[in-house]
Amino acid sequence: MAYDYEKSIRPGKLPHIWCPGCGHGIVMKGLIRAMDTCGLEKNNTAIVSGIGCASRLPGYMDFCTLHTAHGRAAAFATGVKMAKPEMNVIVCGGDGDGTAIGGNHFIHACRRNIDMTYVLLNNHIYGMTGGQFSPCTPTGAKASTTPYGNPDPIFDISKLAIGAGATFVARTTAFHATQIDKLIAEGIKHKGMSVIEVVDDCPTTYGRRNKFRSVVDMMKVLKDTAVPVAAASKMTAEQLEGKILTGVLYQEDKPEYCAQYKQVIARAQG
Amino acid sequence: MSAKAEIEIIERYCKGCAICAEFCPTKVLEMDAFVVKVANADACIACNQCELRCPDFAIKVHKL
Ligand SMILES: Cc1ncc(C[n+]2csc(CCOP(=O)(O)OP(=O)(O)O)c2C)c(N)n1
Ligand code: SF4
Ligand code: SF4
Ligand code: SF4
Ligand SMILES: [Mg+2]
Repeated sequence: MAYDYEKSIRPGKLPHIWCPGCGHGIVMKGLIRAMDTCGLEKNNTAIVSGIGCASRLPGYMDFCTLHTAHGRAAAFATGVKMAKPEMNVIVCGGDGDGTAIGGNHFIHACRRNIDMTYVLLNNHIYGMTGGQFSPCTPTGAKASTTPYGNPDPIFDISKLAIGAGATFVARTTAFHATQIDKLIAEGIKHKGMSVIEVVDDCPTTYGRRNKFRSVVDMMKVLKDTAVPVAAASKMTAEQLEGKILTGVLYQEDKPEYCAQYKQVIARAQG
Repeated sequence: MSAKAEIEIIERYCKGCAICAEFCPTKVLEMDAFVVKVANADACIACNQCELRCPDFAIKVHKL
């Protein structure tokens, strides 16, 4: 028997809308495997997103889902978790949704260390709207809004999450499919704010403009640029130039927000 | 060599991205216009990589 993904997908929703070779489908499969590993059920799990190609992910998933406003996924997810702390809350969304318009909500969810798992699909671009640059578009890369090359430095999402206070931060790529579910499952089990950045590809609006000949070329770059954290510790700064570290980047135990808030309620009630 | 798995391709879902064919370690799969096909069934070692990386839920590895 092959793996049964379709039990987790709303009937009649496949084929999905994503372009040929779009990494978002690989991430969705990893998420399904992680949710199976952790035994998450349809009625005790909410998957929340904002707007973008990545944010369409919950629409396929046969769970409690919430497709909200652009950049607001973390805020809505915070509301769900506060109202129903017994729910497992998962957020999915893109680099644009989570670090541009939604950057503020993202950092404050990290700061509060609220118990949710944020899967951030980083394809370095605003895919849905035709390829405008995002805070994660590499310096020098072309986007519809940076036709002469992007002058901006990037946000390192994982560093941003660690700096803002998230207590489980990990990174992998769409090429490293088995690591996607392992890291998301660890994030789900972690009590507090978990951020799993999955670097993936948008062949349609990023690949073509940046001279990738094919989806396969983009996958090869993901394969070649990823360096596991353990291996990186033995490499020189020069060898690490242009590479991305993968694996668990940060983990710590700290008081979780809903638990803290419960104490506030108890104090207020005397 | 005999196949370690039977590969099922759901043509209605396949978008022809070629990821599965490119990274199959034993070159079981080949592109045929806009869908993938099994060209070398006996060589399959059931490693599951094609299924794991297919973005479109279009390929299933049934272990034998
Ligand atoms: C308030 C608001 N501003 C702008 C938009 C237009 N918009 C839709 S999706 C998107 C960017 C999505 O990029 P990302 O989150 O990286 O997702 P991707 O499509 O790359 O997966 C933008 C700017 C919108 N829907 N709402
Ligand atoms: S535009 Fe890009 S991100 Fe959106 S579905 Fe197509 S490949 Fe994926
Ligand atoms: S299971 Fe492995 S060997 Fe068999 S077709 Fe898929 S990638 Fe190739
Ligand atoms: S990876 Fe999936 S969608 Fe792409 S060619 Fe193979 S079966 Fe088709
Ligand atoms: Mg994006």
